[in-house]
Parts: sequence; structure tokens; C-alpha cells
Amino acid sequence: MLGRIHSLESFGTVDGPGTRFVVFFQGCPMRCAYCHNPDTWEMNAGTPMEASYIIEQYERNAPFYQNGGGITTTGGEPLMQIDFLIELYSLAKAKGIHTCLDTSGIAFNPNNAPLMEKFDKLMTLTDLVMLDIKHIDPEKHKELCLQPNENILKFAAYLDEKGVDMWIRHVVVPGLTDDEFYLEKLGYFIGQFHNLKALDVLPYHTMGESKYEKLGMEYRLKGVPPMDKDKLLDKKAAILRGIKKRREELGITHQ
Amino acid sequence: MKPIETDFVRGKWDKEVNVRDFIQRNYHPYDGDESFLAGPTQNTKDLWNMVLDLQKKEREAGGVLDMDTKVISTITSHGPGYLDKSKETIVGFQTDKPFKRSLQPYGGIRMAEKACSDNGYEVDPEISEFFSVHRKTHNAGCFDAYNAEMRACRSSHIITGLPDAYGRGRIIGDYRRVALYGIDRLIEDKQAQKDSTGRVMTDDVIRLREEISEQIVALKMMKEMAASYGCDISNPATNVQEAIQATYFGYLCAVKEQNGAAMSLGRTSTFLDIYAERDLANGTFTEEQIQEFVDHFIMKLRCIKFARTPEYNQIFAGDPVWVTESLGGVGVDGRHMVTKMSFRYLNTLTNLGASPEPNLTVLWSTRLPEAWKRYCAKLSIQTSSIQYENDDLMRVTHGDDYGIACCVSSMRIGKEMQFFGARANLAKCLLYALNGGIDEVTKKQVGPKYRPVTGDVLEYQDVYDKFMDMIEWQADVYVNTLNIIHYMHDKYCYERAEMALHDRDVRRYFATGIAGLSIVADSLSAIKYAKVEVIRDEDGIIVDFKTTGDFPKYGNDDDRVDEIAQDIVHKFMTAIRRHHTYRDGFPTTSILTITSNVTYGKATGNTPDGRRKGQPFAPGANPMHGRDSHGAVASLSSVSKLPFNDAQDGISNTFTIIPGALGKEDKVFAGDIEVDLNK
Repeated sequence: MLGRIHSLESFGTVDGPGTRFVVFFQGCPMRCAYCHNPDTWEMNAGTPMEASYIIEQYERNAPFYQNGGGITTTGGEPLMQIDFLIELYSLAKAKGIHTCLDTSGIAFNPNNAPLMEKFDKLMTLTDLVMLDIKHIDPEKHKELCLQPNENILKFAAYLDEKGVDMWIRHVVVPGLTDDEFYLEKLGYFIGQFHNLKALDVLPYHTMGESKYEKLGMEYRLKGVPPMDKDKLLDKKAAILRGIKKRREELGITHQ
Repeated sequence: MKPIETDFVRGKWDKEVNVRDFIQRNYHPYDGDESFLAGPTQNTKDLWNMVLDLQKKEREAGGVLDMDTKVISTITSHGPGYLDKSKETIVGFQTDKPFKRSLQPYGGIRMAEKACSDNGYEVDPEISEFFSVHRKTHNAGCFDAYNAEMRACRSSHIITGLPDAYGRGRIIGDYRRVALYGIDRLIEDKQAQKDSTGRVMTDDVIRLREEISEQIVALKMMKEMAASYGCDISNPATNVQEAIQATYFGYLCAVKEQNGAAMSLGRTSTFLDIYAERDLANGTFTEEQIQEFVDHFIMKLRCIKFARTPEYNQIFAGDPVWVTESLGGVGVDGRHMVTKMSFRYLNTLTNLGASPEPNLTVLWSTRLPEAWKRYCAKLSIQTSSIQYENDDLMRVTHGDDYGIACCVSSMRIGKEMQFFGARANLAKCLLYALNGGIDEVTKKQVGPKYRPVTGDVLEYQDVYDKFMDMIEWQADVYVNTLNIIHYMHDKYCYERAEMALHDRDVRRYFATGIAGLSIVADSLSAIKYAKVEVIRDEDGIIVDFKTTGDFPKYGNDDDRVDEIAQDIVHKFMTAIRRHHTYRDGFPTTSILTITSNVTYGKATGNTPDGRRKGQPFAPGANPMHGRDSHGAVASLSSVSKLPFNDAQDGISNTFTIIPGALGKEDKVFAGDIEVDLNK
């Protein structure tokens, strides 16, 4: 089976634990206003690649990834090519490679039984999911990403049920996703999950803007300044407040 | 040799000169972290502020604060110099005051004169006359012996940066010997060496006897120079302060007499730690005092300066001394060699601030202790001042007491030295192959009149064959030019102080070098995998190329082109090995030009890979800028495939990354992304 791959990055340091071999999948249904990889949106593009080829590329430099690193699939939205992803992860797990899925969760759909079978299978091959929740509020999410967040939130619960480790990522964009009311709400939501291992709060940056120009696309966030990193700690604290509150209510103790 | 009275663990070292044996029997590997380190003392801060002030004044004065124009620098030519005598725990400057550059005419009087005149000084006319009329220099010797072809290659820059007008450097004395044995024993040992030479007076034996005599003179002068600072280095050092001081005096003698292209320090930290451990155990000194000695030592190393010309500074991108100190590594017995002193050396980057000199070089192994690795990484992020080298690779050939000269040249301390050989411009050589030896810039026939490429589209096998022929020619003229250079350097500018701190019979590496490897690899790849049409000027000389289609580029872990790069290195080295080398030097090559790549680029025309005329080469073995598109590991992987056996003088890769791309800001190690609910 061939996957549609945007690119391979041999030295990923911010996409999961350790040093990682990062596979950028081509194609994404989300249209997040701040996306810095708009070149990965188009579904019918990318370079066709065999899963075995990707694993081979990984293994060429395996010593770099051995010490707590592994392979990360991101994109694009890897779950849009779930069959290929299962094949890739099967090969990876057969070699003992740590697998990390960086996803928006948009492809999840609990009402689609055949799809859920695939998800169940995939979860047996996945060591870590980095779930990027763009916005906790359904309306604001739709505004931001042109997609609903209902299934995304269900995906988090599903991961908890399956016992797959989860990191929650959240990008803080000034004026769009920095409202502490919603951040605390986000924290309150994810605070219920036992599989939550880390919170990764990322500051919005404008480095993606030039890509839009090159692609001749309109950049919806023109003029929005990058997130002030000092203020970021307050935003993170808001999410943590929410998590703590929920955990106290549920009597969950942090290990 | 007189037996040494000592309370250190005895072995071979107390009966013969054998520093490695002393280290192995007495050092204590340190597995802990940096928490024991001490900050700077008030005296250290005061002295460093004086240095900063002098640096500022030097910059304001246009780069040079003071130059000696009358006194020829020798080990004893200048009286003692100080910043503030009452505060310095480690003393010694190259001349009688800090930041005053010494006059060293033995490499070449014109270079010495120009270094002065370009900076607004004038060499005493009597000295100029003496070195023009009465005493020949290394530079004059070289030009007496060069043939026309060598001169043409030199001016067309197909061979560049040759050390024929300046000191070759790259020799590391075993400065630790001064501390461990004291000068008297070293003289005794050298005298015995002289008595042990062959009785038939061949050229080699005569030269050796004369050289050892020079070495003994240098040792005597070291003692005298130290005495002028009130230090007696006749006998072994008795504590860590004396050991650092004696080691530094040894090094200082070298830089008083040689303005070398790289004047490196060696591998001193673990040696010195043995003294520090004993002093700490005996209560002789506190940690704070020992750090103060180290800070003052490093401060002195940061003040080493030479008189150089703007052209020299252009080749070397600045005014580097390359005071390289090698830290850490793993011993052949499996114990790592990181000690508290290794931490103290790096701690100077915190106590005195970041600095390119001394060039602190960590000999990296997967088996280094974790706390040390973390400390190195932390300081790299904070200061960008640490160089890393692969100990696991070099230990195989060099054992565990080697050091790095300049940036990557490895050699056993006191047992091996190097004849530095600059580098051959391979990119230009490829263009010569296309044009039948005609230089693409000057249009002169510099190389041999081989058949040029005649078609309009470059054909891989044709170009490859022609290139191999041209490499053979280039290696021939290159090695023979170096034979002359090193003959003359030994004759007119001998490194007696450094060689006094070597064994009698040393291995001499005959170093050569390559510039433009990634350009050649990409060019050949373009010819092989894309279509490269040639563009000729009105004289029929190929001056440009039109490339259609894509081709694999070096730096992406793609074997199709990486194998071309490996093959070229191997073929070049094979061509070098075919030749006679001066003093039976062991031929090596390097792919390391991390500074002069800009200068070489200026002198080289358009190349088939798409690089434009005058555009800089990539540094060292780096891929060409912007052509590595698969991330750092793939890029490094291409470099790491180059055969070390064929490039034993070293392969360098310059790695630049924004801190943010190395992890979540600088908190990547702190576990910042963990959910911390306990606060």
C-alpha cells in the first residue's frame, strides 16, 4: 500500500518525546486559521511512499532515535490515511519503535463501525497520541477550523478508555484562543482522563504566513501578533486550574 | 632519569617520561553533576574586567592595541608582564605586557613587516635588514625552491592557504611534562636522547642531533623565563597551582616563539585534576581557590595574540589562535576520563562568559556519564562555545591520550605531530578537468594540457575519468609543494619549544586537505542524474552550465550522491599516498575548512551544481547551504558516511540550529511539559 507523504524530517525535537523521525502526511480536512503547514492540506497530493521505505529511512539512523525517541506521524492529518497508518505502525511495532500519533482527532467517528474497527486496531499499535484540541467551545472551534469539535472530544474519551497515553496540545493565539475562561474549561474537560500524561501549550507564531503567500492563499490571521511567551505561562496555568478542579471533584490523584 | 619522589601511585611514569601512565594510574573519574562548582572570586572578576577593558580598547584601536617592532620574540626575550600582579594566581604573557603582540620574523620577514605596517607600525629597519640579508626565513627558503608550476598553482588558488609565509602550527607540545617532571629531568632525558642517536652521520642523524640540541636550549630558556616570574620549574610541581602554572609556562614558551596557524593546548584537564584531588583531600586548597586558578589560566589563554595581516585574517575568518583543549573522552580500559577538572574548565564559560578561545572541545562518547553530557548540552545552549568530536571514532587509532590541534586534527600528545598542509581546491580541479588545465578565472594554462571536454552536454564517465586524471596531477604538485614547505620550516623556523616536549622519535602526520567536497559531489551528481549543458566563452573555455532536471544532493542521506562523495575522498587520498613525503610523514587528509571556504569560493568559477562564481563553498564536509532538505539527522548522516580512514586528519561539520528547534526553549530538559498538579 502506498501512503501520500508530504515530507520526512530526520531530526524532530518538538514532536513527542526524545529525538524523532517525523513523517508528515499529506491531506487534512481541517482549515485551522493559524495552521503553519497549509501545503499539507490538499488531499490528492504528496509523494507516494511504501511504509517499508519509511521504516527503512528510520532505521538508517536508528541510533539517533533510540534513547527515548521514535517515530512521529503528523501532517496533514495522519488519520485520513488510517489503513496506511496501521501498516506503518505494524512495521514499527514489529521493530520495537516507539510510535507517536500527532493528530487533530477530526477523522474519529464512533458511529462508523468499520472505521472503529480500524481505530481499535490502530490503538493497539500506538504508544502515544498527541491530541491537538484547537478550541473547547464547539462554535468557536468551527469558526477557527471550519470543522466541529464533537468527535475530537469524543476521541479523547475513547483514548482514555483504550488506555493509550495522551498529551494534549493547545496553541494559544492572541485574541482567538487565549480567553482564560475557555482555557480553564478545556482543562476541566481533559482533567477527567486518566491517560493524560502531559500538557503542551504552544505559543502562536507567524512563521507560517510566508507559506500562504507562496501558495497564493489568503492568510486569515494577517496582523495577529505572535503570542507573548511570558503571558503563555498564565495561559497554561489557566488550563492547569481546570484540570486540577476536575481531578479534585473526581478524586483522581496525579501519579 | 633521576627517580621521582612522590606520593602518587607509581608505575612506569616515575622512571620514564610517560604522562599517560601517570594519568591512568592516578585519575578519578567523576560521575556527579556540576553542583560542586564555584563561581568567580572578586579577584577573578577584577582581572576579567581589566581584560574586557583591554579588548574594548583594542577594538577601538582598529584591532591591535600594541605591537613589538624591535625585539625578536624568543622564550626569554621579554621580561614578565602582568594585568595586576597582586591578583593573578597564574601568570605569564607573551611579551612584557598584555595585548602587546610579539615580533616573529622567522616564518617570513615580509609577513612580519606587513603585519606591522597594516596595523600602523613599522618593524625596526635593522631587523628588516638582518632578515633580508643575513638570515634567511622559512618564506624565502620556500620561494628559492618552488618551481614555476607550484607558483602558478599558488596564485590561481587551486592550492590555497599554504603555510609558506606564516607558521604552520598544529604541533602540540606535551606541556604537562613540565609540571610532572620539572625542566631538569626533561633536560636530562633529552641529553640521553641525544647520546642515543646513530653514530653514522647521515643527514637524518645530523638533523636530529641539531634539533635535540635546540630543544635543550629551549628547555633551559623555559626555566629562565619562569624564573623571571619568580617561579622555579626545575622540579616537579607540588600542588595544583604549580601544576597549572608549569603547564601554562610550557604552552607560553611555544606561543612566544611560534605564530602558528593553530597553537593548541592538548589534553590537560584530567591530568591537572589529579593534583586538585590530592590538594582537596589534604586541605591544601578549597574548591573556590582551585576554580580561581583555572579561571586565571583560561583567562591567560584568552589573551594569546599574534601579529597578523588582514589577508591572513581573511583566510582564517578572523584572528584565531586555536587554543584547543580536549576534554573528557573514554579510556582504553573502559573508564571514562571526565573529572571534576573537566567541569571546572567548562565552568569558565559561566564565570568569565562565552568565548571562542580557548577552543573547548568535548571528546564525545556514548559512554560518557549522563551528568556530564547534560552539563555540556546546557552550556552549549547557553554559550554556543563548545566543540564536539567523536571519541569513539578516534580512540580506535589514537588511544586515550590524544588531543585535537586546531579544529579536528587528532594526534597523540607528545608522540605525534603534524605537518599542516592547508588544502587543495577540488571544485577548481573539476573545472580544470573540463577545460584541460586552463584556469576558468584567469584563463591561464595552469594545469597540464589534457584533452578538454568537447561536447555540449557533460557525460558522466567522460568527466569522471578526466577529473581523476586531474586529481592525480593536483595531488602531485600539492604534495611536492608541501615537501618544500616543511623542509624549509624545519630548517628556518623550527618549533624547538614544542618539540622539546615530545619524544625523540615522533610520528609525523603529513596533512593535506580538501576544499569544495560538497560542490564536487553535487556537480557530479548533476552530471549523472540530470542534464548539464556547458556554456563556453569566446575562447572556448567552459565558464558556465545549464542544468535541466533534478538530481540527488549531498546532505540528504541519499546513497546515490553520498557514494560519489566517499569515492572522491578515497581517490584523492589514494593519489596523495602515491607520493614521497618529507621525513616519511604519514599522509592524511582533512575535510575541515570551516573558515576559508569563503575565500576559496571567491577564487572559483561557476560549477555544474548550480553554484555561482565567487559564491562561498560550504564549510568543511557540510552540504551546500540549503540543499539538505531532510533535516539534521539525514544531513549529518551524509557527512558521517565519509571514510575516516581516508580523512584521518578530520572531517568537520558546522551545525547551526535555532535554540527553539532543539526543544521547547531552554526548558527542554526540565520536564516542563509534564502536568504538574502538585503546585
